[in-house]
Parts: sequence; C-alpha cells; structure tokens
Amino acid sequence: MTARLPWRRQTRLVLLALIACPAIAWAVESDWPMESMSPDLEDAPSLQRGFKLYANYCLGCHSLRFQRYERTADDLGIPHDLAADELIFTGQKIGELMTTAMDPESAKAWFGAPPPDLTMVTRVRSPEWTYNYLKTFYLDESRPFGVNNKVFENVGMPHALIDLQGVQRDTCPPGVENCNQLAIDTGSGLLTAEQYDQAVFDLVNFLHYVGEPSRRDRERLGIYVLGFLAFLGIFTYLLNREYWKDVH
Amino acid sequence: MEQTQQAKGAIPRLWGGLVDWADARFPATETWDYHLAKYYAPKNHNFWYLMGWLAMVILANQLITGIWLTMSYVPSDEGAFASVEYIMRDVEFGWLLRYLHSTGASAFFVIVYLHMFRGLMYGSYRKPRELLWLIGMAIFVALMAEGFFGYLLPWGNMSYWAAQVIISLFGAIPYIGPDLMEWIRGDFLVSEITLNRFFALHVVALPLVLVGLVFVHLVALHHVGSTAPDGADIKKHKDATGKPLDGIPFWPYTVTHDVHATVVFLFIFCAAVFYAPEMGGYFLEKPNFEMANPLKTPEHIVPVWYYTPFYAMLRAATYPLFGVPAKFWGLVVMAGAIAIPALLPWLDRSPVASIRSKGLASKWMLGLFVVSFVILGYLGITPPSPVATAAAQVFTVLYFAYFVLMPWYTRVEKTKPPPERVTTR
Repeated sequence: MTARLPWRRQTRLVLLALIACPAIAWAVESDWPMESMSPDLEDAPSLQRGFKLYANYCLGCHSLRFQRYERTADDLGIPHDLAADELIFTGQKIGELMTTAMDPESAKAWFGAPPPDLTMVTRVRSPEWTYNYLKTFYLDESRPFGVNNKVFENVGMPHALIDLQGVQRDTCPPGVENCNQLAIDTGSGLLTAEQYDQAVFDLVNFLHYVGEPSRRDRERLGIYVLGFLAFLGIFTYLLNREYWKDVH
Repeated sequence: MEQTQQAKGAIPRLWGGLVDWADARFPATETWDYHLAKYYAPKNHNFWYLMGWLAMVILANQLITGIWLTMSYVPSDEGAFASVEYIMRDVEFGWLLRYLHSTGASAFFVIVYLHMFRGLMYGSYRKPRELLWLIGMAIFVALMAEGFFGYLLPWGNMSYWAAQVIISLFGAIPYIGPDLMEWIRGDFLVSEITLNRFFALHVVALPLVLVGLVFVHLVALHHVGSTAPDGADIKKHKDATGKPLDGIPFWPYTVTHDVHATVVFLFIFCAAVFYAPEMGGYFLEKPNFEMANPLKTPEHIVPVWYYTPFYAMLRAATYPLFGVPAKFWGLVVMAGAIAIPALLPWLDRSPVASIRSKGLASKWMLGLFVVSFVILGYLGITPPSPVATAAAQVFTVLYFAYFVLMPWYTRVEKTKPPPERVTTR
C-alpha cells in the first residue's frame, strides 16, 4: 500500500493539471475569414468524385473506420465491382470497414501522432471548417512538412493535395503578419483555382455524407412521420372536442 | 345488470365473463375505476397539467429505445464509441433509436422543468400533497443521475471530460474527497471500469428506481387528487352519489386531452429528432463525435444544457471559506439549489395555493426565479469570465431568494380568496 502511494499522488497531480488547464486545446482559434460552404447530398456526381479523391489522396493515412465500402458504394450509386476495382486499395472485401493499412506505431513515429480517423470530422468541426482547412495550406519552411495552415495553425500534416492545388504562398507584405492573403504560383498545380475549389467541395461533401450516412433517410422519413402526426392530430382534436363539448 | 348482460351480443358477453373471471382473482375493475373511470380531476385543467402525462410518454420512449440500444451497445473502452457508430450506420433504424433516445433525454428535462414550474405556480406542493412533492423531487434527482450516467456511455470526448469534471467535484469534500473520487470511478481516472459501472447504473439500477418512484408518485397523486389552477377544491362540492360537481373522470375526459397533447408533443419532438437531432450542439455536443481521449481536453467542458443552471451556480462560488476551497462551497451551493425545492411545502406560508390568488410579491418572486433559472442556464454554457461569474452570483442569490424569503413574502402580501367553485376561462 505504501509503495503505491507516490504513484497515486502522481496520477492525481497529472489529472489535476489536466483538469485545471483546459487551455491545452489542440486547435488554435484562427482569424481566417471563413468562406462559406454548404454541402449538397443530392449531388451524387460530387459525392462520387469526393469518394474517389478520398480513396486516392486521404485513405492512405486517414481511416474512415466506422463506415463500410459497401454502404458507401450503395448510397452513392457506385456498382460494387467498380468500387472494388477502383476504390479499394487495401485488398479488403467490399463489406469491410474503411480502415487504413498504415501501422499506427510507425504513423506516430512519422507524424508525432497517428493521423486521426476522419469519419466524423465534419461533425466535430463543420463542413465549412474542413473546406477552408483544405484550401489554406501555404509554404512555411519553418514547419517540419514545409507547409502551414491558416485555419489550423502549426498542423502536423503535409499538404496532401499540393499537386492538385499547386504551391500556395503567404503574400503578406514584409513586416505585416496575419494579413490573411494567400496566392498560388501560376501553373504549379494540376487544377485551376476553380477546379480545385470544386475538388475540395466534393471531398468535403463526401465527408459530410460519411459523417452521417443516414441523414438523407432521416430527412426523407421525417416528412412522412410529421405528415402522419399532423393528420392524426386532426382526429385526436375532433375526438377531444366531441368528448368535451358537454363539459361546462 | 344481469338483464343488460343478456341483451348484449356474444362478444360483450364474453368480455364481461372475462372481466368477472379476472375480478375474482385480481382487482381489475376496482383498479380501473379507482385510477381511471372514477378518478376525478378538476374540469378546468389547463396546458400545464399535461406535463405529467407527457413525462410518462417520454419515460416509455426512453425505456423502449434504451432496451433496443442496449442490444447493440458495447460497454468497453474500445467498443463503446464504435458501437454507437455501428448503431448509427449498420443497425436497421439504429440512427432513429439513437436520436429518439438522445433527443428524448433533452425532452424529458424540458417536460420535467415545465411540470415542476406548474407545481410552483399552482402550489401543488402544499398540504396534503407534501409527500407527492417529495416523491417528485426524488424522481428529479434520480433523473439527473440517470442523465449523468447515460451521458458517459457514448464514450465521446465530452462524455469523458464532463464525467471527469463532475466526479472531481467530490474531490473538494474535505478529508474523504480524493478517496471518494477513486471509489466512484473505481480507478485513478475515468476508465473502462467507470464506463462499466455507469452502464450498469444507467440501464438497470436507475431505471428501476425511476419506474418505482413514478409508480409511487401516481399512487400518492391518486390518493390526494390534483390541484385546480385557481386553487378551488373540487372535493368540497359533491353530488348525492359522491361525485365532485366540478370534476370530470380521468377516463375518458383527461385521456382525450392527453391523447391530443401527445400527438402535438410528438410532432414537435419528431421535428427535432428528424431535422435537428444535434440541436446546434446542445443535444449532441460537437466534441462528442470524437472518441474519449484522456490526453485531449476539449476547449470548453460544459455539461448538457439541462444541467447548466446548476453548473453556473457551482461556478459562482469563488471564495474559500473556513479554510475549505471554493470548489467545495460550489458543490454545496449546487446541491442546495437542487435540493431546496423539497422544502417548499414548509416555506410557503400563504393562506392560498394558486398564483392567481397570491399577491404581487409572490408573482414577482416567481417571475424573478424563472428569469434567474434561464439566465443561469445560459451562463452555465458560456465560458467563464469575470462578468459572467458576477452575473451568476447575482442570479444565484435571486434563485435562493425565491425560497429563503418565501416564508416572509407569502405571509405579508395581500391575497385574494380562492374561488369556491372552479373557474373556466
């Protein structure tokens, strides 16, 4: 018992420190003027393109470990054989969860922390945040991966879409910090600025779908439920009136 | 009686036979009459009197959806968060069960707060309903505990840290605090062990307590009868057969009211379930879509909205007294705020029950109390700041003033006599 005491006290201290400083927050508030972004789950081509982008550029590191390939393919209108050939690079079966082949221990060694699962990133942050995040990587030689981010300062992640977007720079005049100006080196990316915006929209739209795949079912079913209750309400109102008409 | 039975068709006769058979073995008709067909309620019951019934509807919703959620939920460190997402994605209509349950938790508190407000307005706690009120208070405390234990189960990061913070409150109790914390958690920090015991308490222990208390609450209610909103006593005026002249039998009159109210309530409830299950982060908080992580503290740890008035009062205590840290006094203030309504039957010295007959002082105090409660709720959600803390202190005082000053202001104010017969308006 006495041997355990110092350890106990230590844990308690660590705990107290953790409770006392909720300031050790990961995300630093940024003053980046957020561009608005509203996802559109009815836009199937956008969701399909988003899935393709995710599978090619993100899934290598970031799992969607609560979501299955099959469900995704079905909801997005992608035939199973096509999905198996073009979108599953891990040799998994279509009914499996979208995990990543990356070993978490090595990932931790490479990035400092394993890349987070992104199944619900748009629910933790917001679609808008994610959209702006993916658009605001810029060159910063002082960072380990050579890039920094305007909405997630000092993020420990390389710019995964740099070959699409091209090289983006902070173009603040010397001596001015945080003027919130970014410019892309002309011709350095595979996509034009508009095409890149669309690609990021598609990707975030897809993540918004993955965050809550039942959202469309929910919104469709809701109409019927509310319609039924409104209809039933007419009769319960009349029933109530019929019984109470003689009570004075 | 026998003649009418013979005149009936085969099915009513069979039914009558069944009832007779049951009545010889179980007080079926007697119970039906006592609680429904011959249970009289004032005929001028209004909107506020629907809340008790609606609370039962939500209790049923929570029990049924809860049972089905338990079928797929895994109470473990690795499995809890994943199983909730499994329910949301892979279980048929799992998302509906989960949202009915999570929205139901918030709806439960909305209804219960309105139900309790009815009690304050119409003096439902007064003689002979003291015990009814105390049982109700016990239900309220059990419900708060049930909500607290349930909130840990999704094993999201806010679940984890909210539990951590609330349990750490007990650490402020002198001498036994740290050991008490460990005893509650079953570990040195919130862990799978804590999750498992909270699961057991949430799905077995507290539902049993709640259902038992609700049953006793109803037994007590049907023994003393409902209040009327104007304070009239329907038992004073009865006809020759002993039926209250101003009362209507629960079946079918109250029932037809309640049925319609249920449909209207379900419409609003389902609108939230289907179109705003997160309610902008108030019903389901954003950090809770991330798995519990002991190393990653959310920016602002806040309890769910229904606890925030009490949380604001907890944080309002900022002075250490008698060498005991302020946190302990915060705990005392919070516990006091939750418990003090239990004293109402003995604090209210007014000759009349209903707010309609009470004087201006009672009306003002009740108004201030409601305003304080709402503002404290808001302050409990916002991150602490010197202004917010000062405001919370002022409204904490106002909250308690409603109770502490009640023996005085209910005695000195001018009241109107309650009407002899119920009034409909």
